[in-house]
Amino acid sequence: MDQVYLDYAATTPVDPRVLDAILPYFSVSFGNPSSVHRYGQQAEAAIESAREIVASALNCRADEVVFTSCGSESDNLALRGAALAMREKTGANRIVTSKAEHHAVSKTAEQLEKYFGFEVKWLDLDEHGMVQPQTIERAINDHTALVSVMYANNEIGTINPIREIAEVCHQQHVLFHTDAVQAAAYLPVDVQSLGVDLLSLGAHKFYGPKGVGALFVRKGTPLIPSQTGGGQENDLRAGTQNVPYIVGLAEALRLTVEEREQRIAHVQPLRDQIIVASLETIPDSRLTGHMESRLPNHASFAFKGVDGNLLLTLLDAADFACSSGSACKTGNPEPSEVMEAIGLSREWGLGSLRITLGVGTTAEQVDSFIKTLPLVIEKARKLSK
Amino acid sequence: MTKVVVAMSGGVDSSVAAALLKQQGYEVVGMMLRLWSEPGREASNRCCTPDAMALARRVAAKLDIPFYVVDAKDVFRKTVVEYFLDGYARGETPNPCLICNRQIRWEFLLNHALALEADFMATGHYARTMKNESGRINLLRAVDKGKDQSYVLHVLNQEKLKRALFPVGDYTKSEIRKIAESFGLPTASRHDSQDLCFLAGEDYRNFLQRNAAEMLKPGQIVTRDEEVIGEHNGLANYTIGQRKGLRVSSAVPLYVLGKDAAANTVIVGTQDELGSRELIAKDVNWISDEAPNESFRAEVKIRYTAKEAEALVAPLGGGQVKVQFNAPQRDITAGQAAVFYQGDVLLGGGIIQ
Repeated sequence: MDQVYLDYAATTPVDPRVLDAILPYFSVSFGNPSSVHRYGQQAEAAIESAREIVASALNCRADEVVFTSCGSESDNLALRGAALAMREKTGANRIVTSKAEHHAVSKTAEQLEKYFGFEVKWLDLDEHGMVQPQTIERAINDHTALVSVMYANNEIGTINPIREIAEVCHQQHVLFHTDAVQAAAYLPVDVQSLGVDLLSLGAHKFYGPKGVGALFVRKGTPLIPSQTGGGQENDLRAGTQNVPYIVGLAEALRLTVEEREQRIAHVQPLRDQIIVASLETIPDSRLTGHMESRLPNHASFAFKGVDGNLLLTLLDAADFACSSGSACKTGNPEPSEVMEAIGLSREWGLGSLRITLGVGTTAEQVDSFIKTLPLVIEKARKLSK
Repeated sequence: MTKVVVAMSGGVDSSVAAALLKQQGYEVVGMMLRLWSEPGREASNRCCTPDAMALARRVAAKLDIPFYVVDAKDVFRKTVVEYFLDGYARGETPNPCLICNRQIRWEFLLNHALALEADFMATGHYARTMKNESGRINLLRAVDKGKDQSYVLHVLNQEKLKRALFPVGDYTKSEIRKIAESFGLPTASRHDSQDLCFLAGEDYRNFLQRNAAEMLKPGQIVTRDEEVIGEHNGLANYTIGQRKGLRVSSAVPLYVLGKDAAANTVIVGTQDELGSRELIAKDVNWISDEAPNESFRAEVKIRYTAKEAEALVAPLGGGQVKVQFNAPQRDITAGQAAVFYQGDVLLGGGIIQ
């Protein structure tokens, strides 16, 4: 059998329709959007049209969309930009975020604490990896600049109650950012109904190209740019725009919103099969993350006494490409912060496995995976002894 | 297709091993061990620095083979590092590469290779194998006698050798460098190192000082007649045959003859007291899996870098042999291996008591 890709949360292949949309902007309509001439005008028209498409997907105004180079950059701009701006404006110096954020958020928060004098309040999760709105209410004080809680967790798939969290923040007049990088492929990203002030996206998680992201910045949200230079992106993100990739992000997001229901209908039953079969056939196994409130393409497990890195090696050798929160390519496994935050011991936390499905996943692939996984776990356990 | 896992280190030898096997039509998978380093010194471990790992990864990409890193930190610390420390605690001079080859490379890693459904495992060791008339596999010295590494492989048996490939053993080191260049491998010009990987390029004494300071207890330096002539600063600081650094005054040069761990003494004597005609080796491994019943003549190597010496090897039972040399040997050192050869064929070896 050919290799089977079950790591769509890591990245996705570019949709052929997206690729078609991108290609003319490399060598035909290649102008710099800031230029006066018609080459420039064409490029500018392309990114402004892309901005409108994204705005319509997010249900916001076009001038509330900032294009960036990736989801991580969007998170950086949101956190650093809002924290510094809020401190200048009100003297606020507290950042509230959860213990299960993507490193793009958590490492930025750590840097703001270490070098910029902010105080970071790390929110506990419940055993399903969910942030409870009450914990936020308790963490916010009069000097809070910003709350940042991810929409859906990349490692364990848990969806957070973003709307409720946003309400809590707004009652306390605190800005709220959500990292929707992992969520956007399957969950509604209507910023009005979510009630967020800042929302991060990365195109390659929903069949767009790598190297491009976006940040929704609600009108009136104070933000200091983290990259300075020319006045691009409404003075919030300097640098000549990556026109083809911005076009690609917009087209990919448009298709995602349009086809969301079909995509969910395709992946969810297959995902459920994997969860049911794996828990049934593999001893000492458990689902990580929430049972219901989880991304529809996302299955994640912990297996007791298994080295996650070894598990991925064996799975790859058996032609299945998956992922693990604890694995790293240098063979130096540590349980991830997320595994620790949901209370898994090291013995369980090292053996995490994430299987994420996508448009290319077939029922045959899932069948074959379900048959292979128990054998691979058994092998891995033997080797770990 | 026949599948082979190549144990890669980022060095030129294992890189060429992978390239040669790929060229010979094997399905090749690269694997690298993540070995133990002292906390905070990971960047200078000889075998698995981030640099070495990146190099191995580039070689794998160049050869278009999959590449995986296997975490062996715990098992390496528990077996190899413990063995190293225990050896010094007993007053010996242990050779941790032997235990690494037996327990880590040809047990732990081999099991991983077999779990990937590999038919063989290959390393970049300079050694050769050959099937003899009876169907057994002989372990032979490398073609390049100056680079021969069969000494550290004396711990293998038939079961392991059935799975073992040593593709570089048929070439000289300079040929290997040329082959690496012809494949365009990024490791072609990397230089060799002989240090123990986990010593991070430092003297082993610094390592002991940090990890087993109790071993560096001062004690007395005595002659064979138990005359106290000086003080030593810990047994582990001395090896058999050592002359420098004894800091005792004597009319004639004195050498370390032995170490008594129980009494914590270093025994010294003159140059003519130094040699010995015989040794006892324990835990002897026979490549053929069958211990000989009778004495036999062989060339015996008592250190990785020692020259072979003619000797009679006599089985004593209980995994022990007595080795009687034709001429007295200097520097017979407990903890090192005595390895027996007949011509190019390695018969077996054991640890010197």
